[in-house]
Amino acid sequence: MRPILLKGHERSLTQVKFNREGDLIFTCAKDNVASVWYSINGERLGTFEGHQGTIWSIDVDYNTQYAVTGSADFSIKLWKVEDGTNVFTWKTKTPVRRVEFSPSGDRILAVLDGVMGYAGSVTVYELKRDAQTQEVVDVVEQPLFDILTREGFEIAAVAAWSFAGNYIVAGHKDGKVSKYDGRNGDFIDAAELHTQSISDIQFSPDGTYFITSSRDSAARLVDMETLEVLKTYETDCPLNSACITPLKQFVILGGGQDAKDVTTTSSREGKFEARFYHKIFQDEIGRVKGHFGPLNYVAVSPQGTSYASGGEDGFVRLHHFDKSYFDFKYDVEKSAEAQKHMQELESAAA
Amino acid sequence: MATSALEEIRIEDIPVDDVDFSDLEKKFEVESPVNFDNFVVVDGAPVAPESKVPVLTKVLTKLFSQAGSVVDINLPLDEEKKSTKGYLFVEFDSPASARKAIKLLNGKKLDVKHRLFVNSLTDVEKFGTEDFDTEFHEPKFPEFQKTDYLQSWLQDEQGRDQFVLQKGELTGVFWNRNTQQPENAVEPRTNWSNTTVKFSPKGTYLFSFHNQGVASWGGRNFERLRRFFHPQAKALAISPTEKYLVTLSPEPIVVPEDAPEDFPFGPESNGHQLCVWDIATGLSVKTFALPPNQRLHWPMIKWSFDDKYCARLGPNALAVYDAENNFELLGGKIMKIEGIQDFSFAPAGAKLAVNRNGELSSVLAFWTPESNNQSCKATVMEIPTRRVLRTVNLVQVSDVTLHWQNQAEYLCVKVDRHTKSKKTFFSNLEICKLTEKDVPVEKVEMKDLAVRFGWEPKGSRFVTISTTETADDNPAIPKNVVTFFAPEQKEKIKTAVKAEPKKWKAFASVPGKFSNTISWSPAGRFVVVATLVTPDTRKADFDFYDFDFTGEKNDNDSDDVAANLKAVAHPEFYSATDMQWDPSGRFVAVWSSAVKHKLENGYKVFNVAGECVREEMIEAFKNFVWRPRPESLLTNGERKKVRKNLREWSAQFEELDAMQADSAMRELILSRRSMLEGWTQYREDRAALMDEEYNYQVFDQVEQSTADEDYEVVEEIKEEILEEKEEEVASFEEPATSE
Repeated sequence: MRPILLKGHERSLTQVKFNREGDLIFTCAKDNVASVWYSINGERLGTFEGHQGTIWSIDVDYNTQYAVTGSADFSIKLWKVEDGTNVFTWKTKTPVRRVEFSPSGDRILAVLDGVMGYAGSVTVYELKRDAQTQEVVDVVEQPLFDILTREGFEIAAVAAWSFAGNYIVAGHKDGKVSKYDGRNGDFIDAAELHTQSISDIQFSPDGTYFITSSRDSAARLVDMETLEVLKTYETDCPLNSACITPLKQFVILGGGQDAKDVTTTSSREGKFEARFYHKIFQDEIGRVKGHFGPLNYVAVSPQGTSYASGGEDGFVRLHHFDKSYFDFKYDVEKSAEAQKHMQELESAAA
Repeated sequence: MATSALEEIRIEDIPVDDVDFSDLEKKFEVESPVNFDNFVVVDGAPVAPESKVPVLTKVLTKLFSQAGSVVDINLPLDEEKKSTKGYLFVEFDSPASARKAIKLLNGKKLDVKHRLFVNSLTDVEKFGTEDFDTEFHEPKFPEFQKTDYLQSWLQDEQGRDQFVLQKGELTGVFWNRNTQQPENAVEPRTNWSNTTVKFSPKGTYLFSFHNQGVASWGGRNFERLRRFFHPQAKALAISPTEKYLVTLSPEPIVVPEDAPEDFPFGPESNGHQLCVWDIATGLSVKTFALPPNQRLHWPMIKWSFDDKYCARLGPNALAVYDAENNFELLGGKIMKIEGIQDFSFAPAGAKLAVNRNGELSSVLAFWTPESNNQSCKATVMEIPTRRVLRTVNLVQVSDVTLHWQNQAEYLCVKVDRHTKSKKTFFSNLEICKLTEKDVPVEKVEMKDLAVRFGWEPKGSRFVTISTTETADDNPAIPKNVVTFFAPEQKEKIKTAVKAEPKKWKAFASVPGKFSNTISWSPAGRFVVVATLVTPDTRKADFDFYDFDFTGEKNDNDSDDVAANLKAVAHPEFYSATDMQWDPSGRFVAVWSSAVKHKLENGYKVFNVAGECVREEMIEAFKNFVWRPRPESLLTNGERKKVRKNLREWSAQFEELDAMQADSAMRELILSRRSMLEGWTQYREDRAALMDEEYNYQVFDQVEQSTADEDYEVVEEIKEEILEEKEEEVASFEEPATSE
């Protein structure tokens, strides 16, 4: 599995995302400029320029028409992917930590930092789109609603939309996870899943369960409906990101020694590796080395054929999986599949 | 001193030969008393008037003289009626004659009204007593003894095979567990058999040897099923369908006078050494005397594939018996075949070209050497019709052996020939194709003398081991050549259905071997050519060959044959004395028996790739016997289906294997299995819930749109200019002039 190195950012990566077809990669870093790359060869397609500070987060909509970025310069910018023009800019009260389109693409959630007397919130903005072309025809500047940090919770670090935009799940700095109605922001439920800050939440392809990663070195697979922990993946270093692979029953975890300790540890001891775990059996299957700083974000293409990791070292490493990755199966899985196949044959014969 | 003097007289020293005892013998001779064994009582004779007595006496005397010389004949007279009483006494000169008369004339019909009943005089005593019951009693059938299900081992959940291990006095039956310690099928028993044990051809019965005869064992716990009383039985053979057992003992059968009721043999078996038994009932069905002055060739009775006929070689004759007709000679007489040397039945029913509706024929083949008025011949004959299907005439023959392919499609007549000077020997292979019209024969000529021959089971390829002749007689120089044969296959034939007649071709050979054994996997494709330790060879070696190698580089010398040979492995086991494939054809057991070799006894099991999957060195190890299996009941269609889903099947079996490997793995696999089930269950539950609550369909994979409008074909042309050069060239032609 030879990685493709995406060199273009001058500072640490903050987020890496695939579009729905998996042919483009959207990246943002602490260097004020977001980039778009071809996933097939790692060639840079273009950049989104305009932010004045670190871009913490980036997302792309269902049809790869618009991208959204959230920055430490107190703004959220909406971009047209085709030509890289800035369509709209929302001003915010505090730095923006995370942005994400709802699955239908007509809302954007933003996680706003809790600084300068602001309690911190998950704020939802609205876009109006043309029903036919999906073009954004109007942007509402005022937030649709704010979900302010509740009492007894620390501020949210990350948040994500569930299936069909029905719910919003937020991960807090104290390791709690809270769940809100995606239409009006009403609080529904919460659970204490981690002991330290939650660093990432990514959903399954169908948005019915999600994986959390935390600074407490664990990642958990959680059911959306009940917030019940389905699986736990224990590691030996703080985690910054986790994703669920389609096609294969794996999860990919990324992290490493704290950024501030990096200078004092060698890259070997820093555990700057992407770790593959079996989603169901919770065993570690393999690691991919390469970065010489912690992995800040890992993302897998929606087709499950490649993954990319963005590191503190300023590089994006893009990997297209080998045949051995697709062939790998536990005996248990093979025999279960075989039995299923035989049953199908029998029922077809009957 | 007196005792020592006595001791000095030795009996051997007294001369006796020149003493005449005849006077003493005469003096003390005892007149033998009247021996009642010499008399027979005859009933059912005609009642004749007194006047006819001399005539009747004359007739009867003549009749009974057939059995031996008649000393006296006595017809008692009824004084009142002045006629004979219808019974008479006959005195013979010896008990033997009397016995013969009973055998010969008992039940003899004199005419329509009269039938003679001949009994010995002692019988009269026996039958005449008060105690003798005159009423007819139905013979009592012995109560039906239920046995365990005899094929229970085939129901093993994992379809494992069994084998027997013999070590010292111990004999045990084990389950084959691949690389792991074999599992006891029954607790090993001491002295289960005096010598070796033997399975029937389909594995249903296990036979053991004892002083009193042979015993059969079977069922889940190998209980004793039947005993076959044949003292000192030394050899046994079982017919192909497991119906009959043949035993041979060096001791002739002696039927005692007062034989108990359950004594298996009748008086006609006296002196016989060969015995045929019904395996299911344990009863003797036929006994044979050994033919005089003949080399003993085991098996002495050979069976047709369906057990309907069996045959025995006699001097200048072949005796074929109809097993279903009380072992009567086929056609009432033996077949006279001048000089017959050897014969063999086809191991399966032959699909002859003349047969309709897939009928199968019993076929046998035999050969006769050259004699004054005819050449050496090999003959293929159908039984019971005795129709000669094919005769192969041969010249300058020193020996002939017959080799059937296991499905009776081919018969190879291996002819060892000599040159006129009789100095060099070489072999011809005459291959009869039984399934084709008129049984054509294809001849393969070899340059050297083939000593071993082996057909591929269910196939049409074979391997030979031949000896090259060298001037040097040094036994340390390997002289054997292993040669591989396969039918020719030209590229075109693959498509053409009606191929030209099959021709065999040697397509590879390996010289410089000591090899003395060819052992094909029963499933075909794989063959082991081995050197086993014999009195002549000291070091065993093994060569595993694959006839259908799937890789690129094969060991073929020529490629227009239906084979792709590759030597796959040469595992080591220097002290091996025997080998046997398991019934599935996946494993081959090789062992060193303490009976044949003193060092390094034990066994190894190899897979088809020649990898050792299990080895155990055991002191005083004697024997390894795989339990055979009956033919699979799957139809060809079902088999094809299995082959199609082989990947699915093997996935399940691999998991089973992994689970067996150790208990920790087993736990792990079980827990994983439940985790996987749990996850599948969770996803199913969620799918139902999401559908019900939110009308939302869950999925695991983003569906990729295949609609054309979602795609755009981008053509990118890359041009790279390697070099640019500008040059001024003087024109070759004169500028065109206008005309």
